[in-house]
Amino acid sequence: MNLHEFQGKELFAQYGLPVSNSKVIYEAEDALKACRDIGGTKWVVKAQVHAGGRGKAGGVELVDTPEDAISFSKKWLGKRLVTYQTDEKGQLVNSILIEECTDIAEELYLSAVVDRDTQRVVFIGSSEGGVNIEEVAKNSPEKIIYEPIDPLCGAQGFQARKIAKVLKLNNEQTKQFTSMLKNLMKLFIEKDLSLLEINPLVITSGGLLHCLDAKINIDSNALYRQPEIAEMHDPSQEDSRESEAAKNDLSYVSLDGNIGCMVNGAGLAMGTMDTIKYFGGNPANFLDVGGTATQERVSKAFKIILDDPDVKVVLVNIFGGIVRCDLIAEGVLAAIEEVGVELPVVVRLEGNNADLGSEILSKANIKIESINNLGDAAKKAVELAK
Amino acid sequence: MSILVNKDTRVIVQGFTGSQATLHSEQAIDYGTNIVGGITPGKGGQTHLGKPVFDTMDEAIKSVQPNASLIFVPAPFCKDSILEAAESGIELIVCITEGVPTLDMLDVKKRVDELGLSLIGPNCPGLITPGEAKLGIMPASIHMKGSIGIISRSGTLTYEAVKQTTDLGFGQSSCVGIGGDPIPGSSFIDILELFENDPQTEAIVMVGEIGGTAEENAAEYIKNNVSKPVISYIAGQTAPAGKRMGHAGAIISGGKGTAADKISKLKECGVHVADNLTEIGSTVAKVINK
Repeated sequence: MNLHEFQGKELFAQYGLPVSNSKVIYEAEDALKACRDIGGTKWVVKAQVHAGGRGKAGGVELVDTPEDAISFSKKWLGKRLVTYQTDEKGQLVNSILIEECTDIAEELYLSAVVDRDTQRVVFIGSSEGGVNIEEVAKNSPEKIIYEPIDPLCGAQGFQARKIAKVLKLNNEQTKQFTSMLKNLMKLFIEKDLSLLEINPLVITSGGLLHCLDAKINIDSNALYRQPEIAEMHDPSQEDSRESEAAKNDLSYVSLDGNIGCMVNGAGLAMGTMDTIKYFGGNPANFLDVGGTATQERVSKAFKIILDDPDVKVVLVNIFGGIVRCDLIAEGVLAAIEEVGVELPVVVRLEGNNADLGSEILSKANIKIESINNLGDAAKKAVELAK
Repeated sequence: MSILVNKDTRVIVQGFTGSQATLHSEQAIDYGTNIVGGITPGKGGQTHLGKPVFDTMDEAIKSVQPNASLIFVPAPFCKDSILEAAESGIELIVCITEGVPTLDMLDVKKRVDELGLSLIGPNCPGLITPGEAKLGIMPASIHMKGSIGIISRSGTLTYEAVKQTTDLGFGQSSCVGIGGDPIPGSSFIDILELFENDPQTEAIVMVGEIGGTAEENAAEYIKNNVSKPVISYIAGQTAPAGKRMGHAGAIISGGKGTAADKISKLKECGVHVADNLTEIGSTVAKVINK
C-alpha cells in the first residue's frame, strides 16, 4: 500500500526525522490560513498523488503569496495529474501539501528497500539526488552505495559513516545522518515498510540534512498489525475496478485489450494473457479469482470484467485443483445467469472432474464455448473478439 | 529416489485442527503420506483424523519423531510456527500459508539458513513425490510417478506443467512449489541442486514469472552446475510495467526482471524455453526424445 507524501512526512516526524513545517489542505480556501499558520514569505505547494515526477508535470510550485497558493489549489484539487510514472489517465488530486520554503545547498538521494537477492533491508545512497537516479545507477554506479542491514542487529553507526562518505557529508552532518539512519531503519521495521525513498534528501544553506520528499510503501500483508497505517489508505489513488476487486479479495489489473480474463492463480492468469497475445489477441485485464472459485466469487468477477466497455468476449480458465470442476461449472452457469452476461463466454476447465464440468456447460441453454485445451480456448476467444 | 520427501517421511502438521489443514491432511493421508500427528496449541491430547494432537513441537518430537513439518497456521503466526519447527530440529519445513509479512520472513530466513534446514514457501502449493507423499494442496490426480522434476513459483502454473508432462507419459520425480513471495524459504537454485543429484530425475522443468532476478540467478547456476536438460516457461510476457512508486525497486534490480530479460538469459545459459504455456510438455518431449 502506498502512502501520500504528507502521510510519509507525518511518520518521519514521529521518528524524529527533519521535515519542513507544513499543512495539508483539501479545500482551496484553506490555503490562506495554512500559509499564515506556517509563516514566512514563500511556500512550496505540492499536489498529493501516489506517483513520482510531479515537479516536471506542474504538480509542484514555489509561490510568493497565499493567493497564489489558493489559485494553485483551485487549479489542481479534483483534477488528475499525469506524470511519467502514472498512466495516461493520471492520478486524482484530492489534497495539497503546503510547506515552508527550504534553501537548498545540495541535493542527495537516500532510499531503503527489501532486496530479494541479499534478503536484507538495503539502504541505497547517492550524492546525485533530485535527478533521474536510475540513470546515475546505470552510467556512474560508483556514485551509489548499497548497504544491507542485518535484520537481527539493526543499522549500526559504521554503516551510517560508510554511506555518509559516499554522500560526501562533513563531520557534523555525518553525526546527524547516523541518527537519521537508525531512525529510518526503526521506522522501516516498526511500520512494516517495503520501500522508503527520500529524493531529494537535501543539505540546507544552514548545512543541515533535511527530508524534502517522502515516498513510503507498506507491506500489505502486514496491515493487520498496522491499524493506524491502514487508516491512511486512499482508494481514490487506485483504479475503481481494482479497488472493487480488492474488496472482494480478487486481484484485478485493467489493461487495454478486449478479451476479459478470469483465471485462478496469478501465474496462470499471466500465462493465460500471454497465450491470448501469442494467438494474436489482446487481454482486457488480469484477474485472479483465487484458489476457491465459488459461484459468489465468479459472479463478482464477471461483474468487474463486464464493467469494462471494451470487453467483447470473456475467457474463463480454471485449473480445478482441490475444487471439483463440475461444481465450478455450475457456479459459472449460475453467475452468468445472475449477472445477465450477454457476451460470448469461452470456458476452459481442467483438473478434477473436468469432463463432467464441460458436459454441464455444453448442456446449458446459454452461449458458452466449453473447450478443455487451453490453446484452442485462447484461439476461440481471439476469433470471437475480432 | 525423489527429492525432499518419500513414503518414509514422517510428517507433522502445524495448525492441524483448522479447516484448511483438516481438508488437505485428509487428502494427504488418503494419498499415502505418513502423517504422524499435528500441533494445535491448547488442543494437546486430542485425536484428529485418527492422529495425535500436541500442544508443542517439543512434545511431538518426543512422542512421534517427525522429520518434516507442514504448516497451515494463519499468516500472523507463521513466523512463530516456522521457528518452533526450526529450533526443534525438523529438517524440512513446508509453509503453505499466504500473506506472511515480508519482514517476518527476513528474520525467519536468516535463522533457518543458520541452522542449515530446508524451508519451502510460504505462499506455495507445497511439494509432492508422486505415488509416495504429498505435503501440500495440489490435486493428486494429475500427478504420475516418473522422470521429470518440476519447480515453480506459482501454484496453478505448476499444475499446468504437471498435467502436460503426465499427459505425454513422462510423469514426475518430485514437484516443488517454492512460492511467489519476495523472500522464499528455498530458491530455484536450492531445488535445482537436489534434482541434479537425484538419479530418478532425467529432466527438470522450471516455471518462472516476471519480477525479481531468481530466474536469472538460476540460469547462471544451471550453466555452471546442472548437467540435466532444463526446460523453462516464464509467465508475464505481456504484463504491463505497472505504476511505479519511486526508483528504489528499479535500481536494486538494475532494470532486470522482465520476461524478455529472463528468457534471453535462460536461452543464453542453455535452457530450453517453451514459447507458450501450452508447449511446456511438447518442449520436454522434444528435448528428451532428441
